Amino acid sequence: MMDAKSAEGGTRSGLPAWSDPDAQPFIRIDSITKKFGDFTAVDDVSIDIFKGELFALLGGSGCGKTTLLRMLAGFETPTAGRIYIDGQDMSTVPPYERPVNMMFQSYALFPHMTVEKNVGYGLKHENMNRNQVRDRVRELLDLVQLAGLAGRKPHQLSGGQRQRVALARALAKSPKLLLLDEPLAALDKKLREQTQFELINIQEKVGVTFIVVTHDQEEAMTLASRIAVMDHGRICQIGTPTEIYEFPRSRFVADFIGSINLFEGTVKAVRKSAVEVDCPTAGCLFEIAGEHRVEAGKSVWIAVRPEKISIDRSKLKDARCNAVQGKVLDLGYFGKDSLYRVQLASGELVRVSRLNERRLAEHERSVDWDDLVWLTWEPTSAILLQE
Amino acid sequence: MTASVETRSEAVMAGKADKKGLRDWFNRRGWRKAVIAVPYFWLLLFFLAPFGIVLAISMADAAIAIPPFRWGSDLNGILDSLNYNYGLLVQDPLYWYGYLNSLKIAAISTVLCLVLGYPMAYGIARASGAWRNILLLLVILPFWTSFLLRIYAWMGMLNNHGAINNVLMFLHIIHEPVQLMYTNFAVYIGIVYSYLPFMILPLYANLERLDMNLNEAAMDLGSRPWRTFLDITLPLSLPGIIAGGMLVFIPATGEYVIPTLLGRADSPMIGRVLFDEFFLNRDWPVASAVAVVLLFLLVVPIMIFNHYQAHEAEAGQ
Repeated sequence: MMDAKSAEGGTRSGLPAWSDPDAQPFIRIDSITKKFGDFTAVDDVSIDIFKGELFALLGGSGCGKTTLLRMLAGFETPTAGRIYIDGQDMSTVPPYERPVNMMFQSYALFPHMTVEKNVGYGLKHENMNRNQVRDRVRELLDLVQLAGLAGRKPHQLSGGQRQRVALARALAKSPKLLLLDEPLAALDKKLREQTQFELINIQEKVGVTFIVVTHDQEEAMTLASRIAVMDHGRICQIGTPTEIYEFPRSRFVADFIGSINLFEGTVKAVRKSAVEVDCPTAGCLFEIAGEHRVEAGKSVWIAVRPEKISIDRSKLKDARCNAVQGKVLDLGYFGKDSLYRVQLASGELVRVSRLNERRLAEHERSVDWDDLVWLTWEPTSAILLQE
Repeated sequence: MTASVETRSEAVMAGKADKKGLRDWFNRRGWRKAVIAVPYFWLLLFFLAPFGIVLAISMADAAIAIPPFRWGSDLNGILDSLNYNYGLLVQDPLYWYGYLNSLKIAAISTVLCLVLGYPMAYGIARASGAWRNILLLLVILPFWTSFLLRIYAWMGMLNNHGAINNVLMFLHIIHEPVQLMYTNFAVYIGIVYSYLPFMILPLYANLERLDMNLNEAAMDLGSRPWRTFLDITLPLSLPGIIAGGMLVFIPATGEYVIPTLLGRADSPMIGRVLFDEFFLNRDWPVASAVAVVLLFLLVVPIMIFNHYQAHEAEAGQ
């Protein structure tokens, strides 16, 4: 999926558009601030989004992501800053004249209109005759696989069907930009997974730039070509799902995306291709591969994902670094993997997850409650965080 | 509809065995029927029975007696009286003019209330929390004063030496008093003033519930604000318009006090005709016939009202 996305947003140089210095952004959010009285909902946010991207704004509730979306749609006016869509300044353009459509979290289907009328509503304002409108509506209902339900009213549809009608209606006018506010939040888990992939397929088919607002990090990871993680009205990090997951730049991002173990330490030595960090709570030296701009003596954080730690009863290699001993406090069995909570001598808890690759015999457990275990990981697996 | 309400309440009750037990006991012992029976009994006693009496009197002959009517001795006699009483309503233009006049005044007043009340209800529904309560209070405030007193106050304002004429003369807009009292204009003022809250409150209740996201969605799809109002807000507020309209139209048709105090004596509304027939002519049978016909004239809009209410309840499920 990532490759498909990169190719789509790509330029002649073969790079994805966002890593090509010559590429022109399609949507330019330029130092946008929005204040409601004393409260700053969006604080000096700048994002460049390229044509054909499926861009996700990710954050908890109250982080400003929906306010930012509403400013793109024109329902809120920025306190400062400008928004450009396809080179055009949107500051004075009212919502009904923007080349932007929105799919609302509540879907906002018109309850007194049939599915057909709902989807065709925006087409009334185009120069289209009745036959053209009917054909376009049929085309859209085919796209979202609702061809047989044109005559139904919204209250006669299931949640998943309403979601598709809302999507078809938002796509009807072929907007330059489609905004989706928590598009899958109202669906149950099974339907959500299925719909995620349908949404990607539809986006690839119609080629419209999508901006999705979501609080669900898994949803953002699956859907998006790039993600902007937001907190308290600010952008914490913008990157591809891989970058955000593997190379978080702050403790907030590391913690918000997936699950992670954090250790506080002091830089002991900086070598050419690695950094050594002394970590008293873990009781050992940590080695982090890669070049880092950091000086010895500085206080830093080490982050390690639970799935990148291996757990064993014995100390496997004669390692000087990245090996800590602890006692298994909790064990959760999830079928495909197991989660261990290991308590170190300092009292700190470390989460470790392990794939259950082999079927265990009945009552057999490789690692059990109260076992003394060694946790080890590769120097390339740990993340050095200075923020 | 009832079924879904019951399943929902059952879902709420699930796991609360004691409450469910109480509910079963309530149903089993017939308490549920007893509770429903009370209002039905009330309606039967104080609505259906008097209506039956009025209907019966409308089949009698006027007589100098106490009470002032007498039924025919056989079926033919009763049919003759029936024929005479209802026939009079058709033959004498006083009656059908009274009906038409009432319907016309009630219809125009209803439209005026709608035109004035809709923007007010919309404004209240869109106002912020604190303002909304103050504005609603202002709408309800007149009810704290007696209805009759308020109409007398209008008499004081509208008569030839009243506040309105005095102010207009003081400002040299007019040079002699304009006849405002005892005109249809005064009746419209009185009815619209008195019944406006009955239009505003159901409209407000309806508009306040409308999802603002729908308006945003329409704007997002290219509709300007006025177009959005016509396409979304207006059709969705239709149940509120109908409810408010009926609450104004039905009582305004039978209105007696306002046209009597403020209106022209030579073009009475049907309420006045009924009163005169009953108390001045002491012709109870014809008065009863007038009342029966008025009721049937109003049953039609009442049924439309009920139909829309049922429709709305169904859509709300």
